[in-house]
Amino acid sequence: MTEFLKHPGESGNDGLTPEAKLAAHSRRTFLFKLSVLLNTAVGTVLAVPLIGYLLGPAMSKNTGSWIAIGSVEEFPVGQTRLVDFESPVSRLGDGPAAKVACWVRRVSAQQFQVFAINCAHLGCPVRWFAQSKLFMCPCHGGAYYEDGSRASGPPERGLFEYKYKISGASLLIHAGDMPTLATQASCGGKPLVQIEAATKKRSSSWPA
Amino acid sequence: MAGLKQRVIASAVKSYEWLESRLGLIKPIGKAAAHPTPANNASWMYVFGSAATVLLILQVVTGILLALVYSPSANEAWGSLQVLNHNIALGWYLRALHGWGSDFMVAIVLIHMVQVFLFGAYKFPRELTWMIGVILLLLTLGMAFTGQVMRFDQDAYWGLGIGASIASRVPWVGAPLVHLILGGPIIGAATLARFFTLHVFVIPGLLLAGVGVHIWMTLLHGVSDWPMPGRIVSKATYEQEYHELTEKTGIPFVPDAAWKDAVFAAAILFSVMACAFFFGPFGPSGQPDPTIIQTAPKPDFFFLWIYAVLAFLPPSIETPFMLIVPVLVIAGMLVLPLVAGEGERHWARRPIAVLMVSVIALSLGVFTRLGTYTPWSPIMEAWTSEAIPVKYLHDRTPLERQGALVLQDKQCRNCHSLNGAGGLRGPALDDIASRMTEDQMIRQVLQGGGNMPAYGNALNPSETKALVRFLMTLRGNGLEPAIDASRKLSASGALYMPKRPNQSGMKNSH
Repeated sequence: MTEFLKHPGESGNDGLTPEAKLAAHSRRTFLFKLSVLLNTAVGTVLAVPLIGYLLGPAMSKNTGSWIAIGSVEEFPVGQTRLVDFESPVSRLGDGPAAKVACWVRRVSAQQFQVFAINCAHLGCPVRWFAQSKLFMCPCHGGAYYEDGSRASGPPERGLFEYKYKISGASLLIHAGDMPTLATQASCGGKPLVQIEAATKKRSSSWPA
Repeated sequence: MAGLKQRVIASAVKSYEWLESRLGLIKPIGKAAAHPTPANNASWMYVFGSAATVLLILQVVTGILLALVYSPSANEAWGSLQVLNHNIALGWYLRALHGWGSDFMVAIVLIHMVQVFLFGAYKFPRELTWMIGVILLLLTLGMAFTGQVMRFDQDAYWGLGIGASIASRVPWVGAPLVHLILGGPIIGAATLARFFTLHVFVIPGLLLAGVGVHIWMTLLHGVSDWPMPGRIVSKATYEQEYHELTEKTGIPFVPDAAWKDAVFAAAILFSVMACAFFFGPFGPSGQPDPTIIQTAPKPDFFFLWIYAVLAFLPPSIETPFMLIVPVLVIAGMLVLPLVAGEGERHWARRPIAVLMVSVIALSLGVFTRLGTYTPWSPIMEAWTSEAIPVKYLHDRTPLERQGALVLQDKQCRNCHSLNGAGGLRGPALDDIASRMTEDQMIRQVLQGGGNMPAYGNALNPSETKALVRFLMTLRGNGLEPAIDASRKLSASGALYMPKRPNQSGMKNSH
């Protein structure tokens, strides 16, 4: 084969002594190893930003923002109502998936509870039943009481709650991440802080 | 004329020789196709692998055709499926072929795996072939899941939510993992785009490469011979034995063995076409709008069993179970040929293998069946759609009938059935009074327990009274009412409290 590959001025090995051939081989081996090293370096420099791009969504600290979900007057005391809003963190092309729904419970004039519709088990949309005062999940049968605490089924905790504040006549909630066990809407370490107050309120106004 | 014919043949031969001298692939491929294989494996039991490959090709072709119209954007995907279903000639049929092809492919891959397992074909020297096969199964399931997301309807939306909720349970990295899966803080454009990338570029690339390696290894080691009881696989002798068997009984794979593969593949393709034609495409269900909460999301058929298992896990062990068991199962499948690479191959000599397949198949079947009718889910509309059977209202007092109204109004029927209608979450109430006393019912209703929420806050005392009075009339086919045995004893009393005068006080203190 080799005689076909010969080109003038290139295959200069023929005239060399065995020692010189060995030296040339070892030089080329060294150069090859060097080129592997070079490519490793270039590859690393190439890979770091690519991995950074890939992991971008995981690294971002998108904390969401306050969003008005309606006038306080729209929520009668003692009732729980479904409210839709456009996610404040939606992006171009999210389409209908950018919409969010939450359950707003007005406990008293100034006290609210705003629940994510996502079941604390696996995120399916819970439905409110005013007569039995329960939230029920269609997926695996999780149920919650009116104050969002766990009633029965597979969830290991109560419903996720959004932080809320009243500004003028508007009810604002802090929304961002889709609520899951790791990315809760707002509870921030102290979940369900409002439950105790709510329970007290209810027992006093219970129509016995 | 004869001269013309000869000239045509001669020029065809010449063209072939030109092509082969440049390409150099036709002869080696022909030789590989006609390689000798032991006659005993030219069997109908050995046709599943090739059928899975044919289905993969069908999926690639139909997938490419769907991609001509499908719009992988969260805003438009659902609409583009409607266009495919209704506005493009035969668009519905292409969607149906791709959907049914996917179900058939998962099924055939599973059958292929069971056959290889029961025949001990994963043993030496085909360990790596099995391991690649396990990865191909996972990739196939990955295609099925990401394909379900492509539909981008309600089920896809909430399915992604379930996936994200499972990922959120991973310790420490739960939140970054959720964001990585969704491509952002919520399910949206980025989510569909990355699942599209997985479904169309990443997983198919890996799948095709993996299938190539899988088939290469099948050629390298030969198709396993039919197992015989007592014919032991040993690393020292197996390859020589296989070689001798091939020499002695070998037949060319193409055409002597391959005709069965071809017939089976044609039958499978025909079945896919028939299902696609008669049953049509899957969905899409409602728009991926999370504010439409009147929905009961469900995964596709091959994930129903997971959906069912997730309903039965107790909350305390659910997270560890979800995160650890899949890892163990996959690791177990991968290392199987390394720990059991030698020995008996025949199923008659491997009772544990047969038992494992039976138990796993039965479990998957039962959970899938349960997943089709989800007895653990409340039926959200039952309280308004299922009236109390008239026979349960006959000869009742006004109070008892009022109780029937309470039963209906408080959504009890969402979880409890009467006369076969209503939810299955809780026990049927048709003969509840023959199993529970009035006191037990009151306690259960007000305080809850087991899977039942407490209704103490949702019922006032008069509602409770009426409800329980109605329930007390439900005794099935005239069964005796349940009694509290201790009451009777304490009332007649002498056995336990011979000297206490205040028996009625004892009774009341219960």
